[in-house]
Amino acid sequence: MHNSAMKKRIAKAKAVDSVMTKLFYLIGSFFLVFLLVLAGYIIVKGILGFYPELLTFSSKGIGNQFFNTIYLVFLSLVISVPLGVAAGIYMAEYSRDGKFLTFLRICIESLSSLPSIVVGLFGYLVFILLTGAKWNLMAGALAVSILSLPLITTTTEDAIRSLPKGFKEGSMALGATKWRTISKVLLPACLPRIATGVILAAGRGFGEAAALLYTAGQSTIINWSNWDVTSSTCPLNPFRPGETLSLHIWAMRTEGSLNPNAPAIANFSAAVLVIMVLAFSLLARITARRISKKSGGQI
Amino acid sequence: MDTTKNIKFNVQSLNLFYGDFQALKDISFTIYENEITALIGPSGCGKSTFLKTLNRMNDLEPNVTLHGSIQLDSQDINKDMDAIELRKRVSMVFQQPNPFPKSVYENVAYGPRINGIRKKAQLDEIVEHSLRQAAIWEEVKDRLHKSALGLSGGQQQRLCIARTLALEPEVILMDEPTSALDPISTMKIEDLASELKKNYTIVIVTHNMQQASRISDRTAFFLLGNLVEYDTTIKLFSQPSDKKTEEYITGRFG
Amino acid sequence: MASQKINTLSSSKNSTFQKIKNEYFWRTIIIACGLFIILLTLGIGFFLVVKGTGTFIRMHHTVWEFLFSSDWSPFDSTTESGGGVGAAIYIFGSISTCTLALLFVTPFSLASAVLMTEITPNAGVKLFQPAIEIFVGIPSVVYGWIGLTVLVPFIKQLFHPKMGGYSVLAASIVLAVMIFPTITTVSADAIRSVSSEYRKAAYGMGSTRWQVLYKVVIPAAAPGILTGVILGLARAFGEALAVAMVIGKTRAFPADILSPTNNLTAAIASDMGNSANGGEQNLALWTMALLLFIISVFFIFLIHIISGKEKKKHA
Repeated sequence: MHNSAMKKRIAKAKAVDSVMTKLFYLIGSFFLVFLLVLAGYIIVKGILGFYPELLTFSSKGIGNQFFNTIYLVFLSLVISVPLGVAAGIYMAEYSRDGKFLTFLRICIESLSSLPSIVVGLFGYLVFILLTGAKWNLMAGALAVSILSLPLITTTTEDAIRSLPKGFKEGSMALGATKWRTISKVLLPACLPRIATGVILAAGRGFGEAAALLYTAGQSTIINWSNWDVTSSTCPLNPFRPGETLSLHIWAMRTEGSLNPNAPAIANFSAAVLVIMVLAFSLLARITARRISKKSGGQI
Repeated sequence: MDTTKNIKFNVQSLNLFYGDFQALKDISFTIYENEITALIGPSGCGKSTFLKTLNRMNDLEPNVTLHGSIQLDSQDINKDMDAIELRKRVSMVFQQPNPFPKSVYENVAYGPRINGIRKKAQLDEIVEHSLRQAAIWEEVKDRLHKSALGLSGGQQQRLCIARTLALEPEVILMDEPTSALDPISTMKIEDLASELKKNYTIVIVTHNMQQASRISDRTAFFLLGNLVEYDTTIKLFSQPSDKKTEEYITGRFG
Repeated sequence: MASQKINTLSSSKNSTFQKIKNEYFWRTIIIACGLFIILLTLGIGFFLVVKGTGTFIRMHHTVWEFLFSSDWSPFDSTTESGGGVGAAIYIFGSISTCTLALLFVTPFSLASAVLMTEITPNAGVKLFQPAIEIFVGIPSVVYGWIGLTVLVPFIKQLFHPKMGGYSVLAASIVLAVMIFPTITTVSADAIRSVSSEYRKAAYGMGSTRWQVLYKVVIPAAAPGILTGVILGLARAFGEALAVAMVIGKTRAFPADILSPTNNLTAAIASDMGNSANGGEQNLALWTMALLLFIISVFFIFLIHIISGKEKKKHA
């Protein structure tokens, strides 16, 4: 009797188990398919609406915005990479465990969870209002730097901390100074990992919009034959307004009536952004795989 | 051999492979009811692997292939039985004490609960009974609802045994249950095992020869995946018939 | 070269001095960068507090009014004041969309996390992880754009709400999709880090996989899962443009989930640029930004409290 009751219970438990397993498969694959369809949809729709002028550097194309996006992310990396790497070195090698380091960590976490619109407002206040400048690429780059700083710092710290102890000891034992050890041994050893973090940060920078709304601005006037960096229409002048691709999508939303091409422009911009994100995450993956191959999966 | 006892497990020509590596080679022997059977041998000899096959824990590992038969009460455990049902009848205590990160009470009540017992009174009774059987009731009765992770290693292991007992299994498999414990805790577990064999069949893997000779009725000596010798513990430790057994139990290798 | 050879003693002394100087120089720079992060965070906090409290200090409104009144009629000039700065509609809009998004997505996230860690760990690493990484990277405006061009018309067609498809529902769905990767990745990590000993013990007692998951693994991973949910919530709270594109930007409490409303981030994004710096409306918008800052710092503290409790338990 005991046995048959137990068998029944086991049968029931197994039935529940198989139902739940199927449910998990269903939900998981639904999301996987959904996400892939979403990405596919964005890319295909963008390409379907393609017309050659989209590639031009005019109001009908997105060439200027594309250039602005790349230039802005480049500027932001020039600022955030040295700062972030140095701060990461500080956390891994110079700071002592204690209240100060804990506080620094809380600061970094707070920075990384800050809504980007709030960072954008801070940038607006400090880089635009306090300096009396107009919207400009540099202000946008600074705002994006604030957003990518936490990621670069933590990646650098983790990368240095995860190096084998022998690296540091070996170098110090040969009489190298601390800075020499860091700059000649530790940093080169974890360069690929830091690169992965930087690539991810760049990928995020490409898509950033809310932080740029009130810093980089929503207009672009570039004269491609003007190479006088001090002129406000020179493409390379970092102190000119520069609308990026993602902000362009945001602007197109309201321009439907003014510009009949707005949906096609926005769709194509979205497709370009998604392709860039895909490319960058692929690049980060390849870099990461190279590391694990080089080190034989040791690190 | 002794035929007055009932046969619990009957193992015939058991071969087990991890991928291409053969971990068990043609093992055949019988395990008797209400006895403690000890499995000894140097590490990597296949004793733990063998233990796992008795309740099909090896099912959870990838790349394992198994040939031969294992019968529990004349039923083939791999063919006629369901793994879940089997593990309820043949339960396992592991080398590292592994209580769940829950209260002492919830740990013991886990088994009955998954078997559909929900009444508080009945659960209380099972929990107390199991903890008493595992000789740990006195130590934990005042902290039943505190986390089991706060117990000492020895207490945790006895709790794990109590958790197993609450399932009312027929066989308890113990995989080096004392190797992570101090001598006093080890003594307690050994006493407990000797007490439990009145109601349960126990199979214990140990690397400790004294432990095997102290508590077991029969001992099996494994070497490189072979069952070298199997006999009553008294006989095996006093007059081993195989040269390798003698060398091992006298401590010349292993 | 020659002079160096002749006077080795002094040159080695000199290079030691150089070394120390070099060492000191870099050490200073590195420490300065570490300090800079702290100053930056405090600076952001400081500026937001200074600007955000203007509503209360310079315009003499009460915190109570800002949080609980729905009368939003601030003056947009630096000379006048005395309008209403009640942000209750925006606050309610943020809370309702985020809560709904969380309700929608948490079961799906958990199920996906379980699938990719416990049921098909191989596909989890090779398929789910990269897919999720990509979707973290899709810019929020793109989500907003898809919401605007696909989801909003879809809702309009399906339910025929009076105000079109712009709605709390649309905003919640867009947010749900956006925070799905966050909650899923953090939960998957939490589930993965549950000791395999627990699983072994539970399987060894004849549990089915669902029983192991439901009774042992998920409870053990609960603090980590909660952390993921909070991080997701934080991301949802701070999301601006994607929500702004689909929420309808209507200054009214939503009658139901098919009604449009507005939220904190969308209000800041659309109105800040048009408001006179230092005016009542401008300051009230800064107060909203301060509120967002406080909420995000609060979430971080919450996560620290949870992980602190966990550490204590295991000590």
